[in-house]
Amino acid sequence: MDRKQLQHQVASTRRSLFDQGYLDDQFIQLEHLQDEANPNFVEEVVRLFYSDSVRLIQNIEQAMINKSNIDFGKLDDYMHQFKGSSSSIGAKKVMKECSKFREYCYAGNIEGCIKIFQLLKQEHATLRRKLETYFQLVKQAGLAESA
Amino acid sequence: MMENNGFSSPRNDSFPAGLRVLVVDDDPTWLKILEKMLKKCSYEVTTCGLARDALNLLRERKGGYDIVISDVYMPDMDGFKLLEQVGLEMDLPVIMMSVDGETSRVMKGVQHGACDYLLKPIRMKELRNIWQHVLRKKIHEVRDIETLERVESFQMTRNGSDQYEDGHVLCGEDLTSIKKRKHIESKHDEKDTGDSISTKKARVVWSVDLHQKFVKAVNQIGFDKVGPKKILDMMNVPWLTRENVASHLQKYRLYLSRLQKENDFKNPAGGIKQSDSPLRDSAGSFGSQNSINLQHNDVSNGSYRFSGSSLVVHNGDPRSHDSDRKRLVSTPVEEPKRTFTVNVPNPCIPRSSQMEFGHPLAPPQSEVDFGALDSTFPTKYPWCGIPEIQLKKEHNPLHLNDEFSHLPLPGQKQLTQADYPQPAPAISSAPSLTPSHNEYRSNVNHASSTAIAVDSSPIQTKTNVANHQAIELISKSTPSLENQGFNMNSITEFESSRKNINLGMLPFTTLEEDLQVCWVPGDCYMNLGLQNIEVLEYFDPGLITDVPVNLNDGLRFDYEFNDPTEYSLIDQSLFIA
Repeated sequence: MDRKQLQHQVASTRRSLFDQGYLDDQFIQLEHLQDEANPNFVEEVVRLFYSDSVRLIQNIEQAMINKSNIDFGKLDDYMHQFKGSSSSIGAKKVMKECSKFREYCYAGNIEGCIKIFQLLKQEHATLRRKLETYFQLVKQAGLAESA
Repeated sequence: MMENNGFSSPRNDSFPAGLRVLVVDDDPTWLKILEKMLKKCSYEVTTCGLARDALNLLRERKGGYDIVISDVYMPDMDGFKLLEQVGLEMDLPVIMMSVDGETSRVMKGVQHGACDYLLKPIRMKELRNIWQHVLRKKIHEVRDIETLERVESFQMTRNGSDQYEDGHVLCGEDLTSIKKRKHIESKHDEKDTGDSISTKKARVVWSVDLHQKFVKAVNQIGFDKVGPKKILDMMNVPWLTRENVASHLQKYRLYLSRLQKENDFKNPAGGIKQSDSPLRDSAGSFGSQNSINLQHNDVSNGSYRFSGSSLVVHNGDPRSHDSDRKRLVSTPVEEPKRTFTVNVPNPCIPRSSQMEFGHPLAPPQSEVDFGALDSTFPTKYPWCGIPEIQLKKEHNPLHLNDEFSHLPLPGQKQLTQADYPQPAPAISSAPSLTPSHNEYRSNVNHASSTAIAVDSSPIQTKTNVANHQAIELISKSTPSLENQGFNMNSITEFESSRKNINLGMLPFTTLEEDLQVCWVPGDCYMNLGLQNIEVLEYFDPGLITDVPVNLNDGLRFDYEFNDPTEYSLIDQSLFIA
């Protein structure tokens, strides 16, 4: 694929991420922050998010282990943190699930929480794949450019 | 020193570039993003993942940071607690952040002293304006200290003490203080009003007598061993709370340390030292500082706080503290009596409160324009209040963003801790000020003073831009208002003579130095010529004189400061705001 084609692909992949609601404006903010000093800023931030979310997810799962004795306050706090973190990269769909989760939490519905959390993790993983693909494309297009 | 034109130090030159920000957030992703955003704003950033680490850093490097931004939720310490600690120990402006924008949370933040509350995801534009909080705080600080000084000087000189009796107010940071100002006469009224506002620190009007009691208690206990509780007990004032005393003590300490510093410094501008002795002699000597301060402070500080009686013009600028100090000390005690004939009296306070310039004695003048203000503002507002109000108008636009959006707006400003000057209701009158603004311009020359009709519009637009400049330049002269920074902008627009600008404009340093030069205790003042004097009410007369000198340099604002006269007018109108 030549450079131009790659660039096209990058652009359309990117657009679809927004169109399909995976990402919101925050992602664009990150792109704006990328500059000569930090040429891979967006990718770095996304990686950081994903590596940090491992521990956040663990916290939540731990808090839901003992179904008969759930500390919903704590659970809500953890989810609040996770949501905050997701907002950093503009993970729109993930955040939606976070909000739903907090509603169940508020209602004291642990089963609901568990179900939603599964969906949440799926969205989380899906976005990760998509972004990885996207960044690879970007690199390829960049390489093609310099070639 | 002074003449720095404000360009001398890197900070001054390009304020707010180089603003030293400490960011605290347990989320590493956000920390990275915020760091990048702040760097793009040309700020100096330090990041912290833990609240404890942040506190340690702040303690280790006192004065090493200008502002703190912290997340509400942190694993090792509640963000609100950190907020309180920082406010108490370092008295730095703190901005809270959170994904949660619930009103109750925001309210809590405000109550605990946050100067702003940002919602995540945070946009860079929101961070661009955080310097406002630093500026504002400086102005308030100056104002408060000036007030303290004034109170002290009253005690010392006993001049017109009756005038000030009621008018003494610590132009406080709180919006609630605006309310209080209305009842300048009665400190108790104010207290009540203030107390009714559910802010963490209720504003109290520190009258001469009250402050006297305070100082007496401090001296009895021994300055080293002093503590709010002990003071409170000794003062035996039933309605006073520990918090009131604590915050007053903090200001007092700042005031004294400034004096100390000034003493240590050589004050080129002029005899700052002279007054040292009287000033420093005791806690009580504070007051004399006022007069001196005006002179120097005005020039350099820009941040005059018009808190009312003390003419002390402080540089709002944190950096300029030292320089301010110098200024402060500059005039010997006798100053008050003489020099400020001009109208130094507090512009803010209709009543006797003196001008912030540290002219303790100049009470009468202040009344001057307040009357005029009446129509537009609630007259009662002490000088300090006025500017705030004014700012309010402007402030909003300035604020550019968002920060305010989630805070209760001016109308409710009372909830906001100190930092927001906007006295909400009064501001509505601001528009009316605009026209006066123009008038002021022309009037500046004459003692009409007061109403600094700060044109909100100019301010708004300019604010961002001008602020930079203004701040640099004006730092010194900022009229007590927080707005000062903003006012400056507007003023610059007006171009009032540089002098004017000095007066209140930039709390941040740059001007300081310039101002200093000009100010010669008492003498300078005369040189300026009266026009500025009017302005003096709000500003240190000295400033005015100095202004020419420094202003030019300092003023660097983008806007032209053309006409001093105008400036003075503006200043006045600003106050009225």
